[in-house]
Amino acid sequence: MPELTTRPAPQPPVAETRKLKYGEAVNAALVRLLAELPETLLYGEDVAKPGGVFGVTRGLRRRFGDRVFDTPISEAAILGSAVGAALMGARPIVEIMWADFSLVALDQLVNQAANARYVSRGTAPAPIVVRTQQGTAPGACAQHSQSLEALFLHVPGLRLVMPRTAQDAYDALVSAVHSPDPVIVVENRTLYFGDKAEVELGGAARPMGWSQLRRPGRDVTVVSWGKVTGEVLAAAESLAAGGIDAEVIELTWLNPVDMDAVLASVARTRRLAVVHEANVTGGFGAEVVARVAESGVSLDAAPLRVGAPDVRIPAAPALVGGLLPGAASIAAQIAGRISGTAH
Amino acid sequence: MEVQERLADLHAMWRIRALEEKVRELRLADGGNGPIVGSVHLCIGQEAGPVGACSELGADDALFATYRGHGWALARGVPAEAMIAEFAGRATGVNGGRGGSAYFTAPEHGFHGENSIVGAGLPIAVGAALAGRFDGSGRIALTVFGDGALNQGASHEALNMAAAFRLPVVFVCENNYWSELTAIDEMVGEPELWKRAAGYGMAGERVDGNDPAAVRAAVRAAAERARTGGGPTLLELMTQRLVGHYIGDVEQYRRPGELDRAHEDEPIARLTRELAAAGVPAAEIEDARARAHTEMEHAAAAALAAPLADPDTAKDHVYA
Repeated sequence: MPELTTRPAPQPPVAETRKLKYGEAVNAALVRLLAELPETLLYGEDVAKPGGVFGVTRGLRRRFGDRVFDTPISEAAILGSAVGAALMGARPIVEIMWADFSLVALDQLVNQAANARYVSRGTAPAPIVVRTQQGTAPGACAQHSQSLEALFLHVPGLRLVMPRTAQDAYDALVSAVHSPDPVIVVENRTLYFGDKAEVELGGAARPMGWSQLRRPGRDVTVVSWGKVTGEVLAAAESLAAGGIDAEVIELTWLNPVDMDAVLASVARTRRLAVVHEANVTGGFGAEVVARVAESGVSLDAAPLRVGAPDVRIPAAPALVGGLLPGAASIAAQIAGRISGTAH
Repeated sequence: MEVQERLADLHAMWRIRALEEKVRELRLADGGNGPIVGSVHLCIGQEAGPVGACSELGADDALFATYRGHGWALARGVPAEAMIAEFAGRATGVNGGRGGSAYFTAPEHGFHGENSIVGAGLPIAVGAALAGRFDGSGRIALTVFGDGALNQGASHEALNMAAAFRLPVVFVCENNYWSELTAIDEMVGEPELWKRAAGYGMAGERVDGNDPAAVRAAVRAAAERARTGGGPTLLELMTQRLVGHYIGDVEQYRRPGELDRAHEDEPIARLTRELAAAGVPAAEIEDARARAHTEMEHAAAAALAAPLADPDTAKDHVYA
């Protein structure tokens, strides 16, 4: 921790295109943001000198010095200090190493960050950005595997984005840090080291709330988010081979959420499936289905929710494999729901 | 100490006492259905802490308090009228009625909020101090909390982080012997809470929390330490609340004779006795009280004359 310092001069981002993995895109966004916004701070457990347990924050301490620092293993202090720093005009970007770990410090997100703007009528907001990652990975235990987005989405005052591609990982973080609201950026560790993709860097921060039409189709709207969207796209191809043309909408942001895109699509296809890795009960899929139902769009088949069953997540790959929505099971459930319905 | 300064302290403590008495009156009016409803936590008996501490804070410093925070806000400069209006759900309240008695904030006065989650203010104060390292302000943070808050995990995390980073935080524990309705000495293995400071590697001190001058001296030293890179301090102010944890608390837990002794030792009674013994004329002592009560009468009348908060605004400001 430095003695008293002043903020460096801002360095405007430079537009360029680079081939990056998902984790490298997160790093590129952090480089841009730390340079562009002198009020940003980046901290969390093992993020600075070690460069992060997944290497995502590697090199940032060297480049930006004391504004990037390691903390004790103290999630309440990490999130609480972020709230306090934000109240003073800083832009803290903090990492919660696993989404599961946020549960020991939910007070600072739900009771503190989410309330600050409302109670002060906008005069004292706490625009923190929390980077975390979630989901299953081979061998991960039940306390390192949960998909918790619905927990945060129940809380008015918080924003949440769940990028899946390298471009989205970059754009989501840039938008989150430019947002005046507290934002939780939910990454996925199994995506960090995937294939490189062309990523446009240095553009203006996009407004929050985008979705993406990943595959146009006529017969059913399939809404998804996060890593499982890859399984949904594979399922859509196998459905197409069987004569079912699925339209796939990826909701990159879940708050704000682009329901307009979903409703417009369902109005065309008149069938709806929602797929997420989280377990079904109380999942955000229920919210999507409810909003479609409330919109009055009439459906030709009952809406379908696909997710993990309401179970804990076991460590052994042999046990977990059958629990998660995969391309085959997603395709089978959608085909089963659609078969016999008129179109 | 100069008599005039001690008289000023007496008046400042009476302002808090008079505010709290007025708030209690408004909370109990009309059989509890008066202008103020809901949970109200008074600081009657604990006035020396805020009066002694707030004089050591500069405009850029950040104060974080708890639901028992009316006195701290008043001592920090938040107008009484805006506070009473807040408690009474008025549009003119310091937060337009959104915070209420237990969770209002007035950042324009360096009062960065009460908190109704026990122990939650400590990590937030750490962040305010942290931010001050990078924005050139040199701000220090002072966070006040009760004895019970030191048994919260978040408090431990905050104390440790502040010490590890030598952050300019003054941690002020108001030990009134009761963590809500339960005796603190039954909830800890070591009832001298200030001793925990050593375990964190920070300075710590137990202070007579019913003496504004003693509080001021301790906070002055802690603030100086914070401002000169010496890191955080944990101060344990020994005090008592003369009232329940909340209005309506029947206080069946009080120990025999406890409140009688507390009334003897409470800060206003004590300073009044000391000033009289020092030869200060009774009229001057009385004036310190009377001005405070007059101010709060006027503040309450003005606050209650304002319109209620507009329900059409209730959904505003969830997001930017």
